[in-house]
Amino acid sequence: MSELLLPPEHRYAKIIQELHNEDGSELSILNLGPTHPATHGIFQNILLMDGEKILEAEPTIGYIHRAFEKIAENRPFYQITPLTDRMNYCSSPINNMGWWMTMEKLLDIEVPKRAQYLRVIAMELARITDHIICNSILGVDTGAYTGFLYVFQFREKVYEIYEEICGARLTTNMGRLGGFERDWSPKAFELLEVFLKDFPVAWKEFENLFERNRIFIDRTVNVGPITAEMAMAYGFTGPNLRAAGVDYDVRVAHPYSSYEDFEFIVPVGKSGDTYDRFCVRNAEVWESLSIIRQALDKMPEGNVFHADVPEYYLPPKEDVYTDMESLIYHFKIVMGEIPVPVAEIYHAVEGGNGELGFYLVTDGSRTPYRLHFRRPCFIYYQAYPEMIKGAMLSDAIVILSSLNVIAGELDA
Amino acid sequence: MSLETTEIQDKLVETFGENVFHFNQEKDIFSFEVTADKITAIVLFLKNDPTLRFHFLTDICGVHYPDNAIERQFVVVYHMHNWYENKRIKIKAFINGETPDIKTISTIFPSANWMERETWDFYGINFIGHPQLKRILNMDEMISFPMRKEFPLEDGGRTDKDDRFFGRTQSNR
Repeated sequence: MSELLLPPEHRYAKIIQELHNEDGSELSILNLGPTHPATHGIFQNILLMDGEKILEAEPTIGYIHRAFEKIAENRPFYQITPLTDRMNYCSSPINNMGWWMTMEKLLDIEVPKRAQYLRVIAMELARITDHIICNSILGVDTGAYTGFLYVFQFREKVYEIYEEICGARLTTNMGRLGGFERDWSPKAFELLEVFLKDFPVAWKEFENLFERNRIFIDRTVNVGPITAEMAMAYGFTGPNLRAAGVDYDVRVAHPYSSYEDFEFIVPVGKSGDTYDRFCVRNAEVWESLSIIRQALDKMPEGNVFHADVPEYYLPPKEDVYTDMESLIYHFKIVMGEIPVPVAEIYHAVEGGNGELGFYLVTDGSRTPYRLHFRRPCFIYYQAYPEMIKGAMLSDAIVILSSLNVIAGELDA
Repeated sequence: MSLETTEIQDKLVETFGENVFHFNQEKDIFSFEVTADKITAIVLFLKNDPTLRFHFLTDICGVHYPDNAIERQFVVVYHMHNWYENKRIKIKAFINGETPDIKTISTIFPSANWMERETWDFYGINFIGHPQLKRILNMDEMISFPMRKEFPLEDGGRTDKDDRFFGRTQSNR
């Protein structure tokens, strides 16, 4: 039977032949994935199982690898944002902003305070949508569909705000070098106010549905726990690390885009199990809402939305037709002829599920010499086989969704 | 920030002498080069030294410099982070272009396992002592290493698309 599923030279086939349980039952092999609705993405795990207990797992990834790093070496700098969109597509604005900030660090561009605050709002909205998806899907995987339906419409509300800001919804390609492509419309702020009024009610309701729910607690407490030491050794960052009790947050450790102006706490868990990961994400949503509120209150007057860097920032189209300088800058920027120093930059932002890093090597030409994305998913997913060892099959699904592994980011 | 870069430099030079060199501050990251065959010892030292405490491996990646001299054609870049003092460092180890071999650090940091596999997958850099050095994102049957500079992004025979003025091409750098 097992030869049909696995080549006979696979080490699991050997284990099955050699090991026999006392009651005469055999070990078995199960393919979890590559495409299965419960894995929320395309990754395969070959599981060696004893009844319903997982003895070992062998992950295979790379099913949606799109060679972004190679493509990035052949594209002008401003054409790389659309690539970052497609990594963690649940929170694309964070990726976009992370990339622009890397470029701004390279070029020493000072972004005006107002644009920085607008970016903070966009990034925190993205974090909220990311956590909405992760936590509500975790609910669905444990059999609670209702919470998902309650909060998922608010993702749509956030997408409407994105639409007002940049015109796109999922893969946003938001912002430009030095700020935004246009000022936020009054409608965007209006929608934001409505969101800030309605969403907390729904999120509170969502929390109430889950946090003290007997079934949910039984399914998640002590499922897939990871100690702080293990989590750090496996390169965990983001909510998954904080659930294990380590308060490392890039927003606090290396504040970017004026995060130092806002007051927020970094929620931490204790045991690093699925329930803690769920709670940390819940708490982070509240912090994000508070940051958005603070950013709106502290927002400087005026309508500045980008840095004054004509060499890098596209001029308004009407000027291109009437003004010689603008025409020249427009041409140079579109053709990728922007002056770029020879340098090596590492910039990290706190993405939806961890430290999203950009390692950029330039050689002064129109494209990056090398661009490496530090994708948090890719690094912590290697702990997954370790985490599901000894767990039930149904737990493996719950652990996977609580880790918030996004296939697009995993494979890049 | 109490951990000064001079302290890191002094400690490293004291312990490893000429195997660590080219110290410089690149923007916000303190950076230096090491000789490739000492990488394991240096990473272990950085991790375990009671004052340095670079206990977190942020990232590993490779870079290919085909125009360099043969013994400096590949570089493996390690980013490490000390969360106690909030200090990042970058370590570069240049290796030979024909036999790109370097020792693994996955014995020190389990997280290096997949990062090294990824680097092997894309650059063909051989991490000696790695427990499972095989392809990770590309398919197992692949024989080339796609992130090397000589590997073309697209089929060179394409005529329907002229990207000469955009992006990087052979004639336009």
